[in-house]
Amino acid sequence: MLQIEGLRKTFNAGTADEKRAIDDLDLHLASGDFVTVIGSNGAGKSTLLNLIAGSYTTDQGEVHIDGERVTGFSECRRAAYLGRIFQDPLMGTAASMTIEENLAMAELRGKPRGLTWGVTASRRAAYRQRLSRMGLGLESRLKQPVSLLSGGQRQSLTLLMATLHLPKVLLLDEHTAALDPKTARTVMALTEQIITDNHLTALMVTHNMRQAIHYGNRMIMLHEGRIQFDVSGQEKAELTVQEVVARFGGTLNDEALLG
Amino acid sequence: MLLEGLLRTIPVSLEQGLAYGLVALGVVISFRILSFPDLTVDGSFPLGAAVVARLITAGIHPWISVLVAVATGFIAGCCTGLLNTRLKINSLLSGILMMTVLYSVNLRIMGRSNIQLLTVDTLLTPLEQLELPRLVPLILFFLVVAVGMKAAIDLFMHTQLGMAMRATGDNEQMIRSLGVNTDHMTVLGLGLSNACVALSGALVAQDQGFADVGMGIGMIVAGLASIIIGEAVFGIRTVARMTLAALAGSVIYKFIIAVGLRLGLAPTDLKLATGVMVILALGIPALRGKEKEGKLHLRGV
Ligand SMILES: Nc1ncnc2c1ncn2[C@@H]1O[C@H](COP(=O)(O)OP(=O)(O)O)[C@@H](O)[C@H]1O
Ligand SMILES: [Mg+2]
Repeated sequence: MLQIEGLRKTFNAGTADEKRAIDDLDLHLASGDFVTVIGSNGAGKSTLLNLIAGSYTTDQGEVHIDGERVTGFSECRRAAYLGRIFQDPLMGTAASMTIEENLAMAELRGKPRGLTWGVTASRRAAYRQRLSRMGLGLESRLKQPVSLLSGGQRQSLTLLMATLHLPKVLLLDEHTAALDPKTARTVMALTEQIITDNHLTALMVTHNMRQAIHYGNRMIMLHEGRIQFDVSGQEKAELTVQEVVARFGGTLNDEALLG
Repeated sequence: MLLEGLLRTIPVSLEQGLAYGLVALGVVISFRILSFPDLTVDGSFPLGAAVVARLITAGIHPWISVLVAVATGFIAGCCTGLLNTRLKINSLLSGILMMTVLYSVNLRIMGRSNIQLLTVDTLLTPLEQLELPRLVPLILFFLVVAVGMKAAIDLFMHTQLGMAMRATGDNEQMIRSLGVNTDHMTVLGLGLSNACVALSGALVAQDQGFADVGMGIGMIVAGLASIIIGEAVFGIRTVARMTLAALAGSVIYKFIIAVGLRLGLAPTDLKLATGVMVILALGIPALRGKEKEGKLHLRGV
């Protein structure tokens, strides 16, 4: 579903601040793969997602999504294939616009937008149904601006928005890191449910190793822009935090990650 | 005496407020919806006036002249948008550049600094010939135009395209990740904004009977003053409220100015007074230590 070959990205090339963020990275995701991504701060996790989404231009390498070469496509052109959720709950929604307007905009992801009515009655009914299934009580607040929602509610809404029109690949970048532990668990459970129910292919960056081990069918560990460890299937199911620390403790000098 | 004087300023404030309210509507689209501090306004307002004056005096039908004026305003706004999105020029500077360029363009269009329209038939001539006090049909005319434009903006901002435009001003990264080219939205929005402003210029020129190359000076500050006054009354929760606030604010602003003039404010000090009004409105929250409330969220500055 997602094929990445020889991907490279260097920031501030040719200056004293030169930083090779992604270094000759190959990654293949099969359809339905739910891959968690860990690595210490600055390992290149966010950069990898930004390169896949086209927010950054690649220096070298190729990105294919579902067999189509998207290297060189602009961010808004790739949006047709990708769903994205960011760490900051404020990033994924337009605060001054209503819940139903945000959903309607998300449903048109990657499609042309015209002069027809933005939120129709039939779509509103569908949104109400989808929201009530999330159990957050948002179905009765369709016409309220998103700015009134809590961080967890906003992140859950973003999750629904990203999957309203099913993406070929879902990109999640530490999307529960800014939430309190209880809300983070709720949002994470919702994430897993949405991914498995819809058989989505997902790449989920997390700052929490327990989470990385617990969720998904495959885990990769990034270090200095390269994949340092790639584990899947039975081997991943049997993996423990202690084992990972014993093998990679030296490069995982990050308290939060191990916590 | 004083009260009677104040009452007499109401009709003319209403007429002027609605005519210039189209500028405030344009400012709502750029500053409020797109969060783009567009200063093109000081050039696109006289642009509308210049085009209409030149075409009407050349014998073109007033309706067609107004349409052409609106179209040139649209193009001027798009140019500002392109300077910002294509050439990556800072948003404030893009507007200032276009405003400066338009000064020369307006002089070229008119061929001189001032064109009289008192002796030719304009769009408003039939209204002025009615057997009514002059202001009554004019107030009705500007009411229909301003409210019609407000309604059109309200409707547009709830279409798929309009929602993408609002999201561009609200959360650019988010709407881009949903596949919208935010550069296109910025260019289109600034085009619409300045089309509104040019329409205002075109109608005001016919109302006052002349177009002048200097008639746009301070227009953006007056427009901002109008929306700030209106928003204090009506808030900004929905698009319909923002546009209502712009029109009502424009009328109240013109009324305040008229009252000020009656109370002895020198006409030459008008722009000083307007500037002080805007400075106070934007600055008081900061002095009170509540910076966030007063701040306009703006992109590209
Ligand atoms: N836009 C940028 N400009 C310059 N350097 C950047 C930029 N984005 C990331 N980097 C650098 O690239 C490296 C990888 O960053 P990032 O991908 O954000 O790491 P993380 O794994 O913590 O998400 C870091 O050293 C970071 O400083
Ligand atoms: Mg990161």
